Amino acid sequence: MFINTYSQISLYLITLLLLAKPLGVYMANVYENNPMLLNRLFAPVELALYRLSGIKAAEEMTWKQYVAALLWFNFFGGLAVFIVQIAQAYLPLNPQQLANVSFDSAFNTAVSFVTNTNWQGYSGETTMSYFTQMLGLSVQNFVSAATGMAVLVAMIRGFQRTHATTIGNFWVDLTRGVLYILLPLALVFSFILVSQGVVQTFKPYLTIPMVEQVQASPPTQQTSSQTIAVGPAASQVAIKQLGTNGGGFFNANSAHPFENPTPLSNFLELLAILLIPAALCHSFGTMVNDPRQGWTILTTMTLVLLGALLVTLHYEQAGNPLLNALGVDQTSSLTQSGGNMEGKETRFGIVNSVLWATTTTAASNGSVNAMHDSFMPLGGMVPLCLIQLGEVIFGGVGSGLYGMLIFAIIAVFVAGLMIGRTPEYLGKKMEAFEIKMAAIVILIPAFFILMGTALAVLSDAGKIATANPGAHGFSEILYAFSSAAGNNGSAFAGLSANSPFYNIVLGIIMLFGRFGIILPVLAMAGSLAAKKSVPATVGTLPTHTPLFVLLLIATILLVGALTFVPALALGPIVEHLQMLNQL
Amino acid sequence: MMQHIKPALFMLLFFTVLTGIAYPLLVTFGAQILFPAQANGSLIVNDKHTLGSELIGQSFTRPEYFWGRPSATSSSAYNAAASSGSNLGPSNPNLRELVQQRIKVLRELDPSNTQPIPVDLVTASASGLDPHISSAAVLFQLNRVAAVRHLPLDKIEALVTQCTEARQLGVLGEPRVNILRLNLALDNRRSCLE
Repeated sequence: MFINTYSQISLYLITLLLLAKPLGVYMANVYENNPMLLNRLFAPVELALYRLSGIKAAEEMTWKQYVAALLWFNFFGGLAVFIVQIAQAYLPLNPQQLANVSFDSAFNTAVSFVTNTNWQGYSGETTMSYFTQMLGLSVQNFVSAATGMAVLVAMIRGFQRTHATTIGNFWVDLTRGVLYILLPLALVFSFILVSQGVVQTFKPYLTIPMVEQVQASPPTQQTSSQTIAVGPAASQVAIKQLGTNGGGFFNANSAHPFENPTPLSNFLELLAILLIPAALCHSFGTMVNDPRQGWTILTTMTLVLLGALLVTLHYEQAGNPLLNALGVDQTSSLTQSGGNMEGKETRFGIVNSVLWATTTTAASNGSVNAMHDSFMPLGGMVPLCLIQLGEVIFGGVGSGLYGMLIFAIIAVFVAGLMIGRTPEYLGKKMEAFEIKMAAIVILIPAFFILMGTALAVLSDAGKIATANPGAHGFSEILYAFSSAAGNNGSAFAGLSANSPFYNIVLGIIMLFGRFGIILPVLAMAGSLAAKKSVPATVGTLPTHTPLFVLLLIATILLVGALTFVPALALGPIVEHLQMLNQL
Repeated sequence: MMQHIKPALFMLLFFTVLTGIAYPLLVTFGAQILFPAQANGSLIVNDKHTLGSELIGQSFTRPEYFWGRPSATSSSAYNAAASSGSNLGPSNPNLRELVQQRIKVLRELDPSNTQPIPVDLVTASASGLDPHISSAAVLFQLNRVAAVRHLPLDKIEALVTQCTEARQLGVLGEPRVNILRLNLALDNRRSCLE
């Protein structure tokens, strides 16, 4: 119903915006190393850890050292996840005696979790042991998120500092992100999730006699029992939502009743998707000493999200016209949510499925509570577009905001060209080097999405994997490459992507989509830190005004449209037109 | 370059122990003490018999039961060891055919029923394990279940009312009926009020 739909959306956005401010300020304090209550608990841990690891916490790094530390850490992290998977049959905590994961799938999954993508070529409950889920995947959920935040903070330091050679210490930023931000939030959230019914146990899967067969007389011979997958899910679901990871414990991800049992768990998991990305806007404002800059970015993100949400809502609530023709009742009423319910759960209905689909793709979370593959053509195009815009509408924790700051730099550059002045952002002149780095950041995902899709549709190994015929099959492929390059991780999941072709190609693309962007961003951070600060004059474009919000939105949409409209025309748009033609 | 290798390995080890072992163990320990029923799968237990999980739907195909959502899980419907949706695209001819078949079965089961069929009764859920259907989908099946069971309509309506879950906190989600619980109540095995 109309009122309920919009009250749920409003409640969501208001709660999000209310929570973002205090958390954002807190996170700024964490990274600025200001004294706080949790110091008592964690300061000794930090100290011991740094001493053991041979880290000099007070010594800062140049951008090149920061990159080197980050890459080594992520390399070993990926290697660990890979080894755990290919050896899980010999490791403990494997009550279902699941086999070792194949090499190509293990490579794909290791890359996927290290890059904060959490694309899942595998199906959780039939592939990964409890050991792999905990010591492999869950660990990367924490540290890949903390890595993203560390890169963002390094970039912000570039704006804060003048004539500086260093941008912070990667080990300290990483550690503080996990200890002071992710771990406490995940711990509290885990318990709330369990209270709603998310499972958390090390027992093997349950086997239960089915009601209908038991009651039948005589009892039927066919499958008379149900095997129910369980496991230590809550601890992993909490962090996969908070860290914009999105990799589900079970195959159906947050559509599975054990990952997302109630509307309240759904509301909180939705909040967790955008909480840290939204809060980081305030951290940014606080750290550059101008909260208005943070508000500007947050407003831009929220407006684009809202627009995307309303479009998807329209198409999903309208339902599938081909089913109307069969006499199916898809109208919204007091007794049903109606709409396109294929691939959606009754407890969530249309509005919560749509809210999730747009937030999870705006952020680079990628968890799902409804199957995007079964969305209406234009309803499913919106999540696809949100990924293709570069994962900057909230985006991944850290990565979303550093991506958005790149777009802000492009926006001031475009404005600078129009009026013939050297562009400035936050008191720093944007010169050839910065613009080159920004261009690389924008071109990398676009290149890999389009080239990857082209490669797949030209090869049999690529085409054979599609589950749906025609234009929709093309959309499945386009979505897969967008998801990998944007480090999102959601899918048009009909695509059988667990093949050597997709595992390897998507794995490589995820690496470029992550580190191909982190490198130029950190290089820019180094260059910005070394610059002097120029005072604002009457000729400086203010970057905290509604006009700048519009300029920024226009820049994002224009870059996205110029790059992807032709590809979209071959997929969702043509499918939409074909459906209209069938009526 | 090389000076980062030792810190990288130590940090990875530390975070593996902290977030990969200590954290899930702590959550499991706390969950088993604070919310043991939920942590172990929200099982419906009656006289020491486990009847199912409140959160995981079961397949019902006989006319005396209320039916749930179609399920697209592999090998059998409501396979809770392999959750999955159909992933059929909206324009896929197979989707249309499947829906047509489901309509046909429902119509043949109760030829006297001419109401339009609520969409959730003929479309597969996202998990394949959806324990709920909409109130509209229950109302659609009311007369059939009453007739097959030779029960007065108002008795079944009373059970349905007991088993209907409202929006959580008055706002969140959609009103719905848990099919497993409703059918258990019909069989007098466990009331929805328990």
